[in-house]
Amino acid sequence: MTADETIRQVLAEHGRLAVPVESLDEGTDLFGAGMTSHASVNVMLALEDAFDFEFSEKMLRKSTFESIAAIRAGVLEMTGS
Amino acid sequence: MCRRWSRRGGGFVSAGGTLRVGMDLVSIDEVVDSVSRFGDRYLERVYTPHEIDSCGCRTSGSAHTDRVVAQSLAARFAAKEAVMKVLRPVEVQLDWRSIEIHQMAGGWCQIRLSGQAAAMAAESGIDELTVSLTHEASVAGAVVVGRCETSEQGDG
Repeated sequence: MTADETIRQVLAEHGRLAVPVESLDEGTDLFGAGMTSHASVNVMLALEDAFDFEFSEKMLRKSTFESIAAIRAGVLEMTGS
Repeated sequence: MCRRWSRRGGGFVSAGGTLRVGMDLVSIDEVVDSVSRFGDRYLERVYTPHEIDSCGCRTSGSAHTDRVVAQSLAARFAAKEAVMKVLRPVEVQLDWRSIEIHQMAGGWCQIRLSGQAAAMAAESGIDELTVSLTHEASVAGAVVVGRCETSEQGDG
């Protein structure tokens, strides 16, 4: 499974989005698509489980979780791969 | 722009300063799922030790008490998000634990800020925050009012 596929699976399971995750492009605003602040906490924890790392404090910005592309960039920064 | 009001002659008179209001709703089922799925990692990334204790997280065990705990946690999360709306962070995501919903001996709650949240409140001149929590079977909510010492500019 690619990183993008894993991210989309996490969003499908924990993002509480108002639209199907398949309909999102990588730049779609996830908060605009219905993700709540509480759901973003679950997305953060599920990403940590899926990629086996812990987000650093400086990564805990709303912008880190605002789109699939932003999440991918954050995961890459934390995992270095 | 909101103003601070004082009662005079049966009416309310502006005494300067501003009020900010924030509110939020949280699904209790979502909190039940979060506790079930992530356990202590969820609790300890979002809530302070006082909040975890005052919600009974360490003493629950049955499905009924777990749901009561989730109602309390959901109300506190809603209050934290309501405080965020009052503080208005632009880019930074404040540490959820820097906003504590502190339950007093009488049962009511006060907001205690620390770290970045306290600094942001000070920068905005917010000298008082007050909170009201509520919940019913499926959803919890909170309203927070913050009082600013000075009038705000540029809010149209």
